[in-house]
Amino acid sequence: MTGNSLPPVKLTDSGRPVLLPNEIECFFLSGVDLLCEDEPNTWFPHLKSGLLILTTHRLLWIPEAAVATSTSASSVPLSSISHIFPHKKSLKSVFASPRVRFQVSPSPERGVATAGSRSVVVTVVVRGKGDCDAFVAKFWENWRARAWEESEKATSSSSNVAAVAGSSSSGIYSSDGTVRMVGVSGILRKEQEMWESTDKSLQDAFQDLNALMSKAKEMVMLAEKMRQKLLSGSNSQTNTTNDEEMGSKEEMQELLLSVGIISPVTKESAGALYHQQLSRQLADFVKVPLDRAGGIINLIDIYCLFNRARGTELISPDDLLQACSLWEKFDVPIVLRKFDSGVMVIQNKSHSDEEVFTKIKVLVMKPDALRSGISPSDAAMTLGVAPAMAKEHLLSAESKGILCRDVSPDGFRFYINLFSEIDRDDMHLVKDHGIYASWVRAIPVHG
Amino acid sequence: MQKLGEFKLPHFFNYPPYFTLQPVRDTREKQIQLWKELILDYCKTQKVFVIGLEEEFPLFTNTVIERSLTFEAREAFLLALVSEGRAEWMDKGHRKCLILWHRIQEWADILLQFAKDNGLEDGVVTIEEIRFGTESQGTELQGIDRTILNRALKLLEQKGKLVVFKGTSTDDEGIKFSV
Repeated sequence: MTGNSLPPVKLTDSGRPVLLPNEIECFFLSGVDLLCEDEPNTWFPHLKSGLLILTTHRLLWIPEAAVATSTSASSVPLSSISHIFPHKKSLKSVFASPRVRFQVSPSPERGVATAGSRSVVVTVVVRGKGDCDAFVAKFWENWRARAWEESEKATSSSSNVAAVAGSSSSGIYSSDGTVRMVGVSGILRKEQEMWESTDKSLQDAFQDLNALMSKAKEMVMLAEKMRQKLLSGSNSQTNTTNDEEMGSKEEMQELLLSVGIISPVTKESAGALYHQQLSRQLADFVKVPLDRAGGIINLIDIYCLFNRARGTELISPDDLLQACSLWEKFDVPIVLRKFDSGVMVIQNKSHSDEEVFTKIKVLVMKPDALRSGISPSDAAMTLGVAPAMAKEHLLSAESKGILCRDVSPDGFRFYINLFSEIDRDDMHLVKDHGIYASWVRAIPVHG
Repeated sequence: MQKLGEFKLPHFFNYPPYFTLQPVRDTREKQIQLWKELILDYCKTQKVFVIGLEEEFPLFTNTVIERSLTFEAREAFLLALVSEGRAEWMDKGHRKCLILWHRIQEWADILLQFAKDNGLEDGVVTIEEIRFGTESQGTELQGIDRTILNRALKLLEQKGKLVVFKGTSTDDEGIKFSV
């Protein structure tokens, strides 16, 4: 029996698991089988050769060749694990692949097995390289930490609050007897209270670094909450808010959106799989800034944005480069591209240079540009990209023969390429139509 | 239309990229082509036989658009002429270039035509007369560069069409045609 007896794991386009709120990845092991060795015919599927990810909430198993295998990514909630057997070291284990065993009790409400199934002992067979002992230690730690209980509590309490708020929505007095906040003053007070509490958590957070670490999660939650609020707010009251408010809201949203990646892939957690996992995470992350930048973005910009989103777990430029170069192997819609000048950018696979070239052509055919050419900053304004990027576009248009350059003491400028338009047998000939004719018309007449 | 003395310049002479050596191969080839044509055309009409790389040359600067060719660009254009047989370096350092808007063979043919036109098929003429004499006035031979003339004469001498007599000085050298 295979398939549905374990809760499935959603994957992002780049093959990274979609994590639960507050779930953090702690350990990666490659080449892992999950199976029930003692009783081959139980409900627990035989999961062969995959990537095992230990998170604070679950054990995730992702097949290595996602396309070929019939089994899909599955997970075992840590909450359904009733026992982890100590890692035994025997003479036999020196030669065989390391094994870790744990007991899973069925819990149909979490999607593990069906009601009435028996609990089983599951064996993790680690065929690939990886520090098995460290894995067991982390496994124990996470299982004992019971992080899932906290989030379960949080969701249930927030739904309670919502229920209470919903039931007592009429009348000035709330259920506990205090004056409910109504009208403009109410909004102001609410705002004030929010400010105060935010201020307090900020102050607390900076008291010392340890406190910061423990507050970090709260901060992320706060940011997430504010974002949600802003999102819902902007939908329902667009007509009442004025432009300025909208502007600041948008700005706020943008700030909050960039707050973060909750579970950054780290060398510590991913080990040998670091670059591969980092690459996938990066592919997911890049989408939003890439769209905003119009399908092509400087690698340096992404480096800044990515590290900012990661917060404290910074990566080196080298790691970034390696992660980008691994994209070729995964099926992701983005590529790393190196311009002839050495500048590197990330771009959508669908991004076409043709579109850019068309815009450049239109720009250089304007009378002013025919007369005195264009500089990278002129192109930057038209194309809506950074001047450095615009220069790359101009250079590639030049290499395609669309433009040619003019280097003079006044600077470096680009003109429409006339060389191919001129008849070499009759240098004085100007055809009635065409680029050369329009250029001749545009230039001032000399003696 | 812009002019350089009597020489009529084409429109693209005011095109600033024309004065920057283009880095892209296809574009550069077309640019070089246009420069070759212009240089030959100018030299032919203005009777310029030698271009010095380090000397001023009217074509290489455009005062109207304030552009002039770099040394590399001049070198590239002359080199292109040399490789096509339309010019020759006069020194090992490649600083002076002899422009051949007619190839040596063509100059030789012009010399023979000159001999026929003036009834000199078996006659004698001095080099001085060829270059500055009344017979050559208004022809392409007027003011011909000494080096080019010597090369053309040598070519004809090898073919047995004429004999060169050494005189007391270089200007005294004479030629006996035997066409």
